[in-house]
Amino acid sequence: MPHETLATLSGGPGRTFRPHWARVLRVRRETPDTWTLTLDTGGPFAFAPGQFNMLYAFGVGEVPISISGDPTRSGPLTHTIRAVGPVTRALCQCKPGDLIGVRGPFGTPWPVDRAEGLDVVIVAGGIGLAPLRPALYYLLEQRDWYGKIVLLYGARSPRDLLYRRELERWRGRFDLVVEVTVDHADPSWRGHVGVVTRLIPEVSFDPWNTLALVCGPEIMMRFTVQALLDRRVPPENIYLSMERNMQCGVGLCGHCQFGPYFVCKDGPVFAYPQVAPFLGKREV
Amino acid sequence: MKGLAELLAEHPFFKGLKREHLEYIATCGTNAVFKPGDYLAREGDEADRFYVIRHGTVALELFVPHRGPIVIQTVREGDVLGWSWLLDPHRWAFDARAVTLVRAIAFDGACLRQKCEQDPELGYELMKRFAQVIAERLKATRIQLMDVYGHQR
Repeated sequence: MPHETLATLSGGPGRTFRPHWARVLRVRRETPDTWTLTLDTGGPFAFAPGQFNMLYAFGVGEVPISISGDPTRSGPLTHTIRAVGPVTRALCQCKPGDLIGVRGPFGTPWPVDRAEGLDVVIVAGGIGLAPLRPALYYLLEQRDWYGKIVLLYGARSPRDLLYRRELERWRGRFDLVVEVTVDHADPSWRGHVGVVTRLIPEVSFDPWNTLALVCGPEIMMRFTVQALLDRRVPPENIYLSMERNMQCGVGLCGHCQFGPYFVCKDGPVFAYPQVAPFLGKREV
Repeated sequence: MKGLAELLAEHPFFKGLKREHLEYIATCGTNAVFKPGDYLAREGDEADRFYVIRHGTVALELFVPHRGPIVIQTVREGDVLGWSWLLDPHRWAFDARAVTLVRAIAFDGACLRQKCEQDPELGYELMKRFAQVIAERLKATRIQLMDVYGHQR
């Protein structure tokens, strides 16, 4: 995908306020509480890595969900959804053939064009791997443009890992470093046990020439940023995907205000210096 | 073939330690190899050693009745395993099981304690390094306790 296209992608024409129908093609259970929906939107659906859609379960409500599919291929739209409330539960219970509403894509993308010539360190926690997967697809599609690519992924337990088969495939590549850790496990697990931040001092990359993309629970992102700064990654090279209660998707309703920003319009992807003053502030 | 002092000098835990100190403590260490499934330590046993991991992965486990062993952390190449040798009553607080082939340097805790008593500069230096490890593990444990990947997100 050319850079101009990535950089200029914004809300799709006509999809800003009025949901468009999408038909569920496939439903795949990723973990005990997370499903991936593959949707037919009736045509190509262009988006940039890191953007999200508002998904509408008719009669129940609408929620912002990151796009988790491959931005370099014009295929069906993919969303990975964790069932945590009425709307996400309704979406996760969809069957092939069901219809849902889609508005979007919205939000700022991961700055993959800035990563050219640099090492890229992707740090994901839990469901945070879903919005980062499109970025990884994009980087791997243009693999020669980047230095080392490192994926560090932490989850609660082995059964909570997303995209297991894909993780195994990625681990088999010679041009990608993948380290997975879980918070606790039974003895059959042969991987790491411990928090994802412990992996950061152990992997090899060139800190001064590294772009870091981070997504996960906010507390995990705070500790991850600290570990990246300890490795001397420049603050302006660290990007985070923030999550707030997004409703309109275009910065009008104000529900997702985060300091001076609206996460739906100015984010969800922010450079660390933009959000540093507000991370960990109790009232923000 | 490299001597123990050379091997220690290459390990991150001992980085920057004076050559004389490395040679002094190397006399308390021996090379050790564990096959997958071997135990380096058992909960409740006397903690008369600590390990400098040179290769492989070790799972720290707690046995929970009706659930079996739970892996609470893994340590690997570049890490050290065990600080109970420093602290009374010198008992291991968990099981340590080799997940893969593990090559380590095993230190005799009593020998090392004696050398630290005899050379307070070495003792303080080692204490600072262990304090750093303990603080990092405590911080990691606190994050684990928060169960950050739970439903609050």
